[in-house]
Amino acid sequence: MLARFFGKLGHEILYFLETTGRMGVFLFTCLLCLVTPPYRIRAIIRQTYFIGARSSFVIIFTGLFTGMVLGLQGYYTLRKFGAEGLLGSAVAVSLLRELGPVLTALMVIGRAGSAMCAEIGIMRNSEQIDALETMAIDPYRFVMVPKFGATILSLPFLTFIFNMVGIMGGYLVGVSLLGLTSGAYFQGMYQNVVWDDIEMGLVKSFVFALIVVWVAASKGYHLHLERSGGFGAEGVSRTTTSAVVMSSVLVLVWDYLISAMML
Amino acid sequence: MSEESREPIIQLIDVCKSFGDQSVLENVNLDIFEGTTTVIIGPSGTGKSVILKQMMGLLKPTSGRVLVFGQDLSRISKRELQAIRMNFGVLFQNVALFDSMNVFDNVALPLRERTKASEKEIRQNVEEKLALMDLDGVNEKYPAQLSGGMLKRVGLARALVLNPKVIFFDEPTTGLDINKSNEIYRVFYRSQLRFKYTSVIVSHDVPRIFKLTDYVALLADRTIVNSISPEDFQLSKHPAIKSFVETTMGPIYISEEEEADYYEKI
Repeated sequence: MLARFFGKLGHEILYFLETTGRMGVFLFTCLLCLVTPPYRIRAIIRQTYFIGARSSFVIIFTGLFTGMVLGLQGYYTLRKFGAEGLLGSAVAVSLLRELGPVLTALMVIGRAGSAMCAEIGIMRNSEQIDALETMAIDPYRFVMVPKFGATILSLPFLTFIFNMVGIMGGYLVGVSLLGLTSGAYFQGMYQNVVWDDIEMGLVKSFVFALIVVWVAASKGYHLHLERSGGFGAEGVSRTTTSAVVMSSVLVLVWDYLISAMML
Repeated sequence: MSEESREPIIQLIDVCKSFGDQSVLENVNLDIFEGTTTVIIGPSGTGKSVILKQMMGLLKPTSGRVLVFGQDLSRISKRELQAIRMNFGVLFQNVALFDSMNVFDNVALPLRERTKASEKEIRQNVEEKLALMDLDGVNEKYPAQLSGGMLKRVGLARALVLNPKVIFFDEPTTGLDINKSNEIYRVFYRSQLRFKYTSVIVSHDVPRIFKLTDYVALLADRTIVNSISPEDFQLSKHPAIKSFVETTMGPIYISEEEEADYYEKI
């Protein structure tokens, strides 16, 4: 009984170490290929269009409503203390430090991360990755590098758009609906938002970009090694789901860790 | 089938392969000679594709050595392996074309990625290979729009485009009817005659594949029984080969001596 328990525990630990090691090597190889020539600028631009440009609508939409709800909730909370004038800075700081990078990352996971994982998983399943290798084309450079480059490039920009639209959303509710003056909204923001807020948001969006593309690409690439069986359409769907869950959780965990480190 | 020189370009020496606890190959020894065709046959699910993948360096043996052009695949760097693979062409079982690219781009991909050829040279080369495969007017089509037989021919065109020394075929005719299979054999024969490549084929299409091959290697009980000519194979007294021949080919392929008896009785 006890032996079986420890046997299973050991097995689990070994599996965990194996998976983590594999993903670590994968990340290292991808980053190395990204920064060493030949650079695949054209392919990165093409992927940026898919991951970045085509995500902008959904980012604008979620950013607008996040800003609006922040404006609404913030206004009623601040009014209790007679501090409605701080609405602008409250909206801006919460967006810049937290909500902007986190929600943008979560939206990109849903829109592009899942698609990347499924695409690479299908390439693995249908031997397209093997085909690349036998043609002496490095799958890391051919498939992974454009996705890594594009995500790392896109996410900070998308976060920037999210923040801008969010601040405008807060303005829309605070100033146009609830009667705050435009001057008060921006004056508070001007006084209270500091470079540290922007820096934290920027660091987060870079780290989240790495997490999103790393988990999605690595899960897809190692689909055939999944313990739950990575075969067929069901294998792809299961792996994609697990990639989405894992990257979302990692984004939230790292959000806390970065906040704790930078505060 | 072309003339052989007795120089093996691929050698499997005491190769064992297991996945977890499951042993798939045990002490496999096989030589592939330059300019020849070797077909690996055996029941489904016994590890024929695993042998092929070891030759391509996609899987590493658990023990034993795989030598390609004299180099041990598990002892060389990634760069050296890539250099060796420049001499390979592969027709995968499910063809493995890139489904988001059209036929032309699929065939052109190895040239665009691995050579410095101009777009004009690439177009010339790709169109020549597609014409050799009797594929005209499909350049702009996507893999999902093609029939099984056409897909295999596009796959072969892609395998040929870098003029490789060795082409691996993983079940080239599985899932095709007799006419489509014959088309594949025809373009295979024609292209080998022209480009003189060495080919290694994993196939189920016994006995028809025997007409095209120089050597037949039977995989049974996790090992390669023998690599011999199709004629010797059909007459072999080795129990595993004999049993395979009898179960797959039936009484038409009984050995000469038995045939004599059979006719005498009549």
